[in-house]
Amino acid sequence: MRVGVVVFPGSNCDRDALHAARLAGAESFPVWHESTDLRGADLVVLPGGFAYGDYLRAGALARLSPVMGAVREHAARRGLLLGICNGFQVLAEAGLVPGVLLRNASMRFEHRWVRLSVERHDTPFTRGIPPGMTLRMPVAHGEGNYFLPDADLHALEERRGVVFRYAPPEGNPNGSVRAIAGVVDARGTTCGLMPHPERAAERLLGSDDGMLLFRSVVEGVAAASLPPSVEVGM
Amino acid sequence: MSASSVVGTRAESLHRVLGLTDEELEAIRDRLDRLPNDLELAMFSVMWSEHCSYKSSRLLLATLPTMGKDVVAGPGENAGVVRIGDGLAVAFKLESHNHPSAVEPVQGAATGVGGILRDIFTMGARPVAILDALKFGDPMLPRTRHLVRGVVRGISSYGNCVGVPTVGGELVFHPSYTGNPLVNVMAVGLLEERHLTRAAAPGPGNLAVLFGSSTGRDGIGGASVLASATFGDGPSAGGAAAKRPSVQVGDPFAEKLLIEASLELIERGLVEGLQDLGAAGITCAVSETADRGGTGITVDLDAIPRRVSDLEPFEVMISESQERMLAIVTEARLPAVREVCARWDLPSAVIGRVTDDGLITIVTGGLAADGMPAPGARVLARIPAAALTSDAIVYHRTAAAPTRRRPGPVPGVSAAIADGPPPGSPPGSPPGLPERGMDPGAVLRALLGHPDLCSRAWVTLQYDATVGADTVAGNEHGAAVIRVRGTRKALVMATDAAERVGVVDPWRGAALAVAEATLNVAVTGAVALGVTNCLNHGSPERPESFWQLSESVRGLGDACRALGIPITGGNVSLYNESAATGAIAPTCQVGVVGLLEDVAHLVGPVPGGPGDTVALLGATTSGLAGSIYVEIAGPGPDDRPPELDLAAHGDLLRFLADAARAGLLRSAQDVSGGGLAVAIAETCLWSGVGADLILPVDADPVPELFGEGPSRVLVTVAPDAVGALVALAGEHGVPVRTLGSTGGDQLRIRLVGQGSPGSAEDRGGGIADDLDEPLGVLRDAWEHGLPRAMGDDDWPPAPDSSAG
Repeated sequence: MRVGVVVFPGSNCDRDALHAARLAGAESFPVWHESTDLRGADLVVLPGGFAYGDYLRAGALARLSPVMGAVREHAARRGLLLGICNGFQVLAEAGLVPGVLLRNASMRFEHRWVRLSVERHDTPFTRGIPPGMTLRMPVAHGEGNYFLPDADLHALEERRGVVFRYAPPEGNPNGSVRAIAGVVDARGTTCGLMPHPERAAERLLGSDDGMLLFRSVVEGVAAASLPPSVEVGM
Repeated sequence: MSASSVVGTRAESLHRVLGLTDEELEAIRDRLDRLPNDLELAMFSVMWSEHCSYKSSRLLLATLPTMGKDVVAGPGENAGVVRIGDGLAVAFKLESHNHPSAVEPVQGAATGVGGILRDIFTMGARPVAILDALKFGDPMLPRTRHLVRGVVRGISSYGNCVGVPTVGGELVFHPSYTGNPLVNVMAVGLLEERHLTRAAAPGPGNLAVLFGSSTGRDGIGGASVLASATFGDGPSAGGAAAKRPSVQVGDPFAEKLLIEASLELIERGLVEGLQDLGAAGITCAVSETADRGGTGITVDLDAIPRRVSDLEPFEVMISESQERMLAIVTEARLPAVREVCARWDLPSAVIGRVTDDGLITIVTGGLAADGMPAPGARVLARIPAAALTSDAIVYHRTAAAPTRRRPGPVPGVSAAIADGPPPGSPPGSPPGLPERGMDPGAVLRALLGHPDLCSRAWVTLQYDATVGADTVAGNEHGAAVIRVRGTRKALVMATDAAERVGVVDPWRGAALAVAEATLNVAVTGAVALGVTNCLNHGSPERPESFWQLSESVRGLGDACRALGIPITGGNVSLYNESAATGAIAPTCQVGVVGLLEDVAHLVGPVPGGPGDTVALLGATTSGLAGSIYVEIAGPGPDDRPPELDLAAHGDLLRFLADAARAGLLRSAQDVSGGGLAVAIAETCLWSGVGADLILPVDADPVPELFGEGPSRVLVTVAPDAVGALVALAGEHGVPVRTLGSTGGDQLRIRLVGQGSPGSAEDRGGGIADDLDEPLGVLRDAWEHGLPRAMGDDDWPPAPDSSAG
């Protein structure tokens, strides 16, 4: 199981994602934003941070970077793709998942511990999560207010594209429509979420619920008869 | 263009325009054996500012204890560095950005964060935590609210983007800061000791490489103008508006690139020395690195990349454009250095060469291979590096204790120390206020809702406290805890001051700050590694104000010597005054970093479930002056600041480390602002479990309940561990009293007379009743205090009201 974490110059959760993937039993490595070689990654992670400073609009420049061409091809081949926080914003800007992420309803940056209900247990990202369990992890963003026009929202719900919703008691931290915290694309292989599972990877740090997400992917890939990619990179 | 075209003023008065006195001009002439030209004068003016030269405080700071067996870098370097074992070390420093933040709060605070982070990674350390100590005036004033919002936004936007968690600090409101807020930022970093890098320029022939942002006109004169002038409040030339163009603008994305590139350069051994550019820009960087290296540097002015084309030489030399670094590099490693910079999208340029002549030489027209001016080039300035830095002017200022203690800006405190009502009080004001007798529940609710004591969530939820995935505890309560990945260790950090006591007695204010910060760290089980500090005071040219500074330094030194903790670095900020509110309360901000050898032994501040025993460690001392209680309830004629027994404090610190290692404590919380009652209430609110306690009190129960005497810790213990706790406390000579147990959803404190029970009235106490409050009522006061004070009554937004 190989996990490639894309490093934009302003990524700041890249090392955290590399660490969490390693804890889940994967081999993880960084992929520089100017590279077009994903080095045989089974899972590509777009990590949190401020990819190119995000002075324009979160993710607006990152979607144009060299690595994103390779990431699109990876996604088109049904390769697993996970966007966390800023990575979710990049996925949305790139059209790889539906929706946009607006400024938080509070118009402030929000760092909070939240709880997530898991709406689907049949995705590669959630199949190892026990039914009924809510996940505790932090959010940390200024633009995480998920929005879709009503018609598109209806379509998203119809195809069960919502994977995570903010749940009580803390509730919705940013004003997202229908408390949506994370979605998958129509294939179910590209997932974006605002909360940080990689920061909830050890009990010492407050929660290890995020590991359920990483382990789902690692165990799913291991259970497949052959890994999707067998070529060896360094 | 000649060097004499600095500004359009007449040369003879230029030094005064730049903030240098006639005496200082003479001192410059002594060091140069001639009069300086205008460019040289501009360079001296920024380097001899109080901010860069420490000219008023240097002699005082020399008295501080700085030695420790694990200290690998102390004062004089960009940050203190202390060994923590396993080949690792921690770098930390506290620094002020007060005046820029008063002018433009967002950028002032943001660049304050950027500057202190550069001090950390310049040493070779990756920044792992930011703490902020913020002090403002009355929160009811629109100007204060503007400053608070701006400063918090500046810190949050910069720290969050650069990817360093903001995990702690202080937020204090006191009228003396109304015209002059304080923004003190502490940064902590981790490094492998072998990567420790000095900000020096060794090896004549080596190249000086500038990388990062290009140089513009921002921050011109910031060091001399912003750090040395007293703020006027009016619209006159001295007012904030006139100074706005001097403030630097921060770019956290560029800083993130600088961090990654600098650490890569250091880890690969590509640089001989590294220095960040802050106050006084290139002038400071080249003169300090040359002076530390015992060398000189010749600067090729034309080679410095610029943002605008029409910069004057003096502007290039003193610009405070942010996010720039100076590396000293051998010729052979230059290509590798430039490759690293290019990969991180950072422009780099060779701007000069290290020489053996001890001089800072500024040249236009190019350099020859030996670093000397090329044929036909012109020398614009030539100054001994030492004259700008280690041999800068030093003042022996006059200190004079106030003959008649002037009332401080807080009516309560001032009345406590003045003979009668403070001047300016309404006629007939009594020395004490009748509210002192009110019921203890009402006092506790008022204290919990006080802007200094209530929940900080309104501010701290804007800070990313978990980026980096190393934060064990941050922001919510008590000290911040950052684990050291790959080891069992954790770093514990806190910053504190005792400004309200400082008004009454600056020695005690500084010593109490050390006591509080060390205790904050020690309650977790950690052992303090070192102290950093920021001395915030008024003008050193006034004897009374300089006396406050010297007393603060004495208190800081006395406390650290008594506790055996080295002072590894710090910062001095003077001229913190405004026309409206005068000098600020003497504020010795203290930062402490401690080491927990095994994070499994961490003791948190939050009690567990019901049924645990609640105990108080340490003796209560009388003394209410400088407490929040006095601010709310009014002063009494006999109020004195609390006593501090540094030997007993040291015993308590050692006991806490032993008790944590022995696993005796379920939770520990130091008693500080608002006293024991507030400490108990906070822990109940955090755990959601009440407590039923009996507190033996003297005739006046107020010092026991609400006094802020130091060296006390509230702990919870499993009932079967009480015996062991009492025994261990006895070995350390630490007094311990059990008060009751946790449980229920009320906080109940029954007050009983020492020796014999009886009603409070019979004992003549000011408090008539027991304290008995539902947690829900206390929580309402505590959660809404800050948003109410800031006029943000709708916060938190409705979806979150069920939190907790």
